[in-house]
Amino acid sequence: MTTTEPDRPDPELPETRSVRPYTMTGGRTRPRRAYLPIEALVRRVGTGPTDGLDGQLAASVSPERRGILDLTTDAILSVAEISAYLALPLGVVRVLVGDLADCGRVVVHAGRPPSQQTPAENFKVLESVLDGISAL
Amino acid sequence: MAFPLSDVMAPPPASPAAVPTTVKIVVAGGFAVGKTTFIGSISDIEPLSTEAAMTEHSVGVDDAGGVTDRKTTTTVAMDFGRIALPGDLWLYLFGTPGQDRFHFMWDDLVTGAVGAVVLVDTGRLEDCFPAVDYFEARQIPFVLAVNCFDGVARHAIEDVREALAVRPETPVFYTDARSRAATKQALITLVTLAMARIEG
Repeated sequence: MTTTEPDRPDPELPETRSVRPYTMTGGRTRPRRAYLPIEALVRRVGTGPTDGLDGQLAASVSPERRGILDLTTDAILSVAEISAYLALPLGVVRVLVGDLADCGRVVVHAGRPPSQQTPAENFKVLESVLDGISAL
Repeated sequence: MAFPLSDVMAPPPASPAAVPTTVKIVVAGGFAVGKTTFIGSISDIEPLSTEAAMTEHSVGVDDAGGVTDRKTTTTVAMDFGRIALPGDLWLYLFGTPGQDRFHFMWDDLVTGAVGAVVLVDTGRLEDCFPAVDYFEARQIPFVLAVNCFDGVARHAIEDVREALAVRPETPVFYTDARSRAATKQALITLVTLAMARIEG
Protein backbone atom coordinates (compact mmCIF):
# COMPACT_ATOMS: atom_id res chain seq x y z
CA MET A 1 0.00 0.00 0.00
CA THR A 2 2.69 2.45 0.94
CA THR A 3 5.79 2.71 -1.13
CA THR A 4 9.00 1.33 0.29
CA GLU A 5 10.49 4.04 2.39
CA PRO A 6 14.10 4.85 1.80
CA ASP A 7 15.94 6.61 4.57
CA ARG A 8 14.24 9.89 5.14
CA PRO A 9 16.64 12.33 6.75
CA ASP A 10 13.88 14.71 7.72
CA PRO A 11 10.76 12.90 8.91
CA GLU A 12 8.78 16.11 8.89
CA LEU A 13 9.29 16.64 5.20
CA PRO A 14 6.19 15.61 3.29
CA GLU A 15 6.38 12.26 1.59
CA THR A 16 4.64 11.56 -1.68
CA ARG A 17 2.54 8.42 -1.89
CA SER A 18 1.99 6.19 -4.87
CA VAL A 19 -1.57 5.35 -3.82
CA ARG A 20 -4.00 8.09 -3.00
CA PRO A 21 -5.08 7.23 0.52
CA TYR A 22 -8.59 8.50 0.11
CA THR A 23 -9.38 5.79 -2.42
CA MET A 24 -9.92 3.70 0.73
CA THR A 25 -12.69 6.02 1.84
CA GLY A 26 -14.46 6.48 -1.45
CA GLY A 27 -12.93 9.91 -1.76
CA ARG A 28 -14.29 11.23 1.52
CA THR A 29 -11.92 13.18 3.75
CA ARG A 30 -14.34 13.75 6.65
CA PRO A 31 -16.30 11.30 8.74
CA ARG A 32 -20.09 11.65 8.56
CA ARG A 33 -20.38 12.28 12.27
CA ALA A 34 -19.54 15.82 13.22
CA TYR A 35 -17.28 15.14 16.19
CA LEU A 36 -14.62 12.47 15.89
CA PRO A 37 -11.37 13.77 17.40
CA ILE A 38 -8.15 11.84 16.92
CA GLU A 39 -8.07 10.93 20.63
CA ALA A 40 -11.58 9.37 20.49
CA LEU A 41 -11.49 5.82 21.81
CA VAL A 42 -12.74 2.97 19.66
CA ARG A 43 -13.85 -0.51 20.64
CA ARG A 44 -15.30 -3.26 18.51
CA VAL A 45 -18.82 -4.46 19.11
CA GLY A 46 -18.95 -8.25 19.33
CA THR A 47 -16.13 -10.72 18.96
CA GLY A 48 -15.02 -13.47 16.64
CA PRO A 49 -12.57 -13.48 13.78
CA THR A 50 -13.25 -10.77 11.28
CA ASP A 51 -12.02 -12.97 8.44
CA GLY A 52 -14.86 -15.36 9.20
CA LEU A 53 -17.44 -12.86 8.03
CA ASP A 54 -19.37 -14.43 5.25
CA GLY A 55 -21.11 -13.48 2.06
CA GLN A 56 -22.29 -9.96 1.59
CA LEU A 57 -20.78 -8.75 4.83
CA ALA A 58 -17.29 -10.00 3.99
CA ALA A 59 -17.44 -8.29 0.62
CA SER A 60 -18.32 -5.02 2.28
CA VAL A 61 -15.48 -5.15 4.78
CA SER A 62 -12.28 -3.85 3.24
CA PRO A 63 -8.89 -4.98 4.58
CA GLU A 64 -8.52 -1.58 6.26
CA ARG A 65 -11.87 -1.83 8.01
CA ARG A 66 -11.05 -5.40 9.01
CA GLY A 67 -7.74 -4.18 10.42
CA ILE A 68 -9.61 -1.70 12.62
CA LEU A 69 -12.00 -4.41 13.84
CA ASP A 70 -9.10 -6.77 14.60
CA LEU A 71 -7.19 -4.11 16.55
CA THR A 72 -10.16 -3.07 18.65
CA THR A 73 -11.44 -6.54 19.52
CA ASP A 74 -9.36 -6.94 22.67
CA ALA A 75 -8.22 -3.39 23.25
CA ILE A 76 -9.67 0.05 23.40
CA LEU A 77 -7.62 2.33 21.20
CA SER A 78 -7.69 5.92 20.02
CA VAL A 79 -8.12 6.86 16.39
CA ALA A 80 -4.50 8.05 16.49
CA GLU A 81 -3.21 4.70 17.77
CA ILE A 82 -5.20 2.79 15.14
CA SER A 83 -3.68 5.07 12.51
CA ALA A 84 -0.16 4.38 13.81
CA TYR A 85 -0.57 0.61 14.12
CA LEU A 86 -2.20 0.19 10.71
CA ALA A 87 0.11 2.75 9.06
CA LEU A 88 -2.89 4.56 7.59
CA PRO A 89 -3.25 8.34 7.52
CA LEU A 90 -5.27 9.83 10.35
CA GLY A 91 -7.90 11.27 8.07
CA VAL A 92 -8.52 7.91 6.45
CA VAL A 93 -8.90 6.16 9.80
CA ARG A 94 -11.34 8.82 10.98
CA VAL A 95 -13.59 8.23 7.99
CA LEU A 96 -13.41 4.44 8.28
CA VAL A 97 -14.04 4.46 12.06
CA GLY A 98 -17.01 6.76 11.47
CA ASP A 99 -18.42 4.31 8.93
CA LEU A 100 -17.92 1.32 11.22
CA ALA A 101 -19.63 3.18 14.05
CA ASP A 102 -22.54 4.16 11.81
CA CYS A 103 -23.19 0.51 11.01
CA GLY A 104 -22.83 -0.55 14.62
CA ARG A 105 -19.60 -2.51 14.35
CA VAL A 106 -17.58 -0.31 16.70
CA VAL A 107 -18.45 2.04 19.55
CA VAL A 108 -16.75 5.42 19.60
CA HIS A 109 -16.22 7.20 22.92
CA ALA A 110 -15.55 10.78 21.95
CA GLY A 111 -17.17 12.67 24.78
CA ARG A 112 -19.04 15.83 23.94
CA PRO A 113 -17.69 18.51 21.64
CA PRO A 114 -15.84 21.23 23.60
CA SER A 115 -18.53 23.75 22.68
CA GLN A 116 -21.06 21.71 24.66
CA GLN A 117 -18.96 21.41 27.81
CA THR A 118 -19.43 23.86 30.63
CA PRO A 119 -16.43 25.67 32.16
CA ALA A 120 -17.17 23.88 35.44
CA GLU A 121 -16.93 20.47 33.74
CA ASN A 122 -13.73 21.47 31.98
CA PHE A 123 -12.26 22.72 35.23
CA LYS A 124 -13.04 19.45 36.98
CA VAL A 125 -11.31 17.41 34.29
CA LEU A 126 -8.29 19.73 34.38
CA GLU A 127 -8.14 19.37 38.15
CA SER A 128 -7.98 15.59 37.79
CA VAL A 129 -5.30 15.92 35.11
CA LEU A 130 -3.26 18.22 37.34
CA ASP A 131 -3.57 15.89 40.32
CA GLY A 132 -2.67 12.93 38.13
CA ILE A 133 0.42 14.53 36.58
CA SER A 134 1.58 15.87 39.94
CA ALA A 135 1.43 12.35 41.38
CA LEU A 136 3.54 10.82 38.59
CA MET B 1 5.80 2.53 9.96
CA ALA B 2 3.91 -0.75 10.22
CA PHE B 3 3.63 -2.65 13.48
CA PRO B 4 3.00 -6.37 13.80
CA LEU B 5 -0.22 -6.94 15.71
CA SER B 6 1.71 -8.73 18.45
CA ASP B 7 3.35 -5.42 19.30
CA VAL B 8 0.08 -3.80 20.19
CA MET B 9 0.34 -3.52 23.91
CA ALA B 10 -2.61 -1.31 24.75
CA PRO B 11 -3.89 -2.41 28.13
CA PRO B 12 -7.58 -3.27 28.29
CA PRO B 13 -9.60 -1.00 30.54
CA ALA B 14 -9.94 -1.96 34.19
CA SER B 15 -13.45 -3.23 33.62
CA PRO B 16 -15.49 -3.51 30.46
CA ALA B 17 -17.72 -0.70 31.67
CA ALA B 18 -14.88 1.69 32.44
CA VAL B 19 -14.04 3.68 29.36
CA PRO B 20 -11.26 6.18 29.98
CA THR B 21 -11.83 9.88 29.54
CA THR B 22 -9.30 11.26 27.09
CA VAL B 23 -7.58 14.61 27.23
CA LYS B 24 -4.88 15.91 24.95
CA ILE B 25 -2.04 18.37 25.00
CA VAL B 26 -0.32 19.58 21.87
CA VAL B 27 3.48 19.72 21.75
CA ALA B 28 4.55 22.18 19.09
CA GLY B 29 7.81 23.66 17.90
CA GLY B 30 10.22 23.69 15.02
CA PHE B 31 11.88 20.69 13.43
CA ALA B 32 14.26 18.71 15.68
CA VAL B 33 13.58 20.91 18.70
CA GLY B 34 12.93 17.80 20.80
CA LYS B 35 9.17 17.22 20.56
CA THR B 36 9.39 13.45 20.36
CA THR B 37 12.02 13.34 23.11
CA PHE B 38 9.76 15.47 25.31
CA ILE B 39 6.80 13.15 24.68
CA GLY B 40 8.91 10.01 25.18
CA SER B 41 10.28 11.26 28.50
CA ILE B 42 6.89 10.84 30.16
CA SER B 43 4.76 8.63 27.89
CA ASP B 44 3.66 5.18 29.08
CA ILE B 45 4.07 3.88 25.56
CA GLU B 46 6.98 4.34 23.17
CA PRO B 47 6.01 7.36 21.08
CA LEU B 48 4.03 6.22 18.05
CA SER B 49 4.18 7.81 14.66
CA THR B 50 1.21 8.55 12.49
CA GLU B 51 0.68 10.64 9.46
CA ALA B 52 -1.79 13.16 8.21
CA ALA B 53 -2.37 13.20 4.48
CA MET B 54 -2.89 16.32 2.52
CA THR B 55 -3.55 17.02 -1.10
CA GLU B 56 -1.32 19.61 -2.64
CA HIS B 57 -1.80 21.40 -5.87
CA SER B 58 1.58 21.51 -7.50
CA VAL B 59 2.79 23.19 -10.61
CA GLY B 60 6.08 22.02 -11.99
CA VAL B 61 8.08 21.20 -15.07
CA ASP B 62 7.99 17.62 -16.32
CA ASP B 63 10.82 15.64 -17.91
CA ALA B 64 9.81 16.69 -21.38
CA GLY B 65 10.07 20.34 -20.45
CA GLY B 66 6.33 20.88 -20.35
CA VAL B 67 4.57 22.53 -17.46
CA THR B 68 2.61 20.12 -15.28
CA ASP B 69 -0.30 21.09 -13.14
CA ARG B 70 -1.43 18.31 -10.89
CA LYS B 71 -2.46 17.28 -7.45
CA THR B 72 -0.26 15.09 -5.32
CA THR B 73 -0.96 13.59 -1.95
CA THR B 74 1.70 14.22 0.61
CA THR B 75 1.90 13.19 4.20
CA VAL B 76 3.22 14.78 7.35
CA ALA B 77 4.50 12.68 10.23
CA MET B 78 3.19 13.29 13.73
CA ASP B 79 4.47 11.55 16.86
CA PHE B 80 2.41 11.03 19.96
CA GLY B 81 2.39 9.35 23.34
CA ARG B 82 -0.06 8.44 26.07
CA ILE B 83 -0.06 8.64 29.86
CA ALA B 84 -2.63 6.82 32.00
CA LEU B 85 -3.65 8.92 35.01
CA PRO B 86 -5.70 7.86 38.03
CA GLY B 87 -9.45 8.00 37.61
CA ASP B 88 -9.44 6.37 34.16
CA LEU B 89 -7.96 9.44 32.50
CA TRP B 90 -5.79 9.03 29.43
CA LEU B 91 -3.64 12.00 28.55
CA TYR B 92 -2.43 12.09 24.95
CA LEU B 93 0.53 14.21 23.91
CA PHE B 94 0.56 15.05 20.21
CA GLY B 95 3.70 16.46 18.60
CA THR B 96 2.99 18.65 15.61
CA PRO B 97 5.22 19.87 12.84
CA GLY B 98 5.68 23.58 13.41
CA GLN B 99 5.78 24.99 9.93
CA ASP B 100 3.12 27.41 8.71
CA ARG B 101 2.15 25.18 5.85
CA PHE B 102 0.95 22.50 8.26
CA HIS B 103 -1.56 24.73 10.02
CA PHE B 104 -4.35 23.01 8.12
CA MET B 105 -3.90 19.99 10.36
CA TRP B 106 -3.65 21.94 13.59
CA ASP B 107 -7.26 23.02 13.56
CA ASP B 108 -8.34 19.41 13.84
CA LEU B 109 -5.66 18.64 16.34
CA VAL B 110 -6.26 21.43 18.82
CA THR B 111 -10.04 21.06 19.03
CA GLY B 112 -10.69 20.14 22.63
CA ALA B 113 -7.03 20.30 23.64
CA VAL B 114 -6.06 21.48 27.12
CA GLY B 115 -3.46 23.68 25.46
CA ALA B 116 0.01 23.52 24.02
CA VAL B 117 3.62 23.29 25.09
CA VAL B 118 5.70 25.15 22.53
CA LEU B 119 9.30 23.95 22.60
CA VAL B 120 11.88 26.59 21.83
CA ASP B 121 15.45 26.24 20.58
CA THR B 122 17.16 29.56 21.31
CA GLY B 123 19.52 28.92 18.40
CA ARG B 124 16.55 28.95 16.04
CA LEU B 125 14.09 31.14 17.83
CA GLU B 126 12.13 31.96 14.69
CA ASP B 127 11.09 28.31 14.32
CA CYS B 128 8.53 28.70 17.08
CA PHE B 129 6.96 31.91 15.76
CA PRO B 130 4.25 30.17 13.70
CA ALA B 131 3.14 28.15 16.73
CA VAL B 132 3.12 31.20 19.01
CA ASP B 133 1.11 33.19 16.46
CA TYR B 134 -1.33 30.33 15.99
CA PHE B 135 -2.09 29.76 19.67
CA GLU B 136 -2.20 33.45 20.54
CA ALA B 137 -4.64 34.18 17.71
CA ARG B 138 -6.97 31.39 18.87
CA GLN B 139 -6.59 32.14 22.56
CA ILE B 140 -5.44 28.60 23.27
CA PRO B 141 -3.47 28.32 26.52
CA PHE B 142 0.20 27.71 25.80
CA VAL B 143 3.55 27.80 27.54
CA LEU B 144 7.00 28.33 26.07
CA ALA B 145 9.50 25.73 27.17
CA VAL B 146 13.08 26.61 26.22
CA ASN B 147 14.86 23.33 25.63
CA CYS B 148 18.40 23.28 27.02
CA PHE B 149 20.03 20.66 24.84
CA ASP B 150 23.11 20.12 26.93
CA GLY B 151 21.70 21.25 30.22
CA VAL B 152 23.21 24.69 29.76
CA ALA B 153 20.99 27.73 29.41
CA ARG B 154 22.55 30.01 26.82
CA HIS B 155 20.06 32.81 27.07
CA ALA B 156 18.36 34.54 29.95
CA ILE B 157 14.65 33.79 30.06
CA GLU B 158 13.85 37.48 29.98
CA ASP B 159 15.83 37.86 26.77
CA VAL B 160 13.90 35.01 25.18
CA ARG B 161 10.62 36.50 26.34
CA GLU B 162 11.55 39.85 24.88
CA ALA B 163 12.67 38.34 21.59
CA LEU B 164 9.40 36.45 21.25
CA ALA B 165 7.27 39.40 22.39
CA VAL B 166 4.76 37.14 24.10
CA ARG B 167 2.15 38.45 26.49
CA PRO B 168 3.31 38.92 30.10
CA GLU B 169 0.96 36.18 31.34
CA THR B 170 2.48 33.54 29.03
CA PRO B 171 4.84 31.32 31.03
CA VAL B 172 8.37 31.07 29.61
CA PHE B 173 10.76 28.67 31.31
CA TYR B 174 13.70 26.32 30.77
CA THR B 175 13.12 22.65 30.24
CA ASP B 176 15.12 19.55 29.38
CA ALA B 177 13.12 17.42 26.96
CA ARG B 178 15.01 14.31 28.11
CA SER B 179 14.03 14.74 31.72
CA ARG B 180 10.81 13.21 32.98
CA ALA B 181 10.76 15.63 35.94
CA ALA B 182 11.21 18.68 33.69
CA THR B 183 8.52 17.48 31.28
CA LYS B 184 6.18 16.83 34.18
CA GLN B 185 6.74 20.38 35.42
CA ALA B 186 6.09 21.80 31.95
CA LEU B 187 2.76 19.97 31.77
CA ILE B 188 1.81 21.10 35.28
CA THR B 189 2.53 24.72 34.30
CA LEU B 190 0.32 24.40 31.23
CA VAL B 191 -2.61 22.75 33.03
CA THR B 192 -2.40 25.34 35.81
CA LEU B 193 -2.54 28.09 33.19
CA ALA B 194 -5.55 26.47 31.49
CA MET B 195 -7.35 26.28 34.85
CA ALA B 196 -6.57 29.92 35.61
CA ARG B 197 -8.06 30.87 32.25
CA ILE B 198 -11.35 29.18 33.14
CA GLU B 199 -11.44 30.84 36.52
CA GLY B 200 -10.83 34.13 34.74
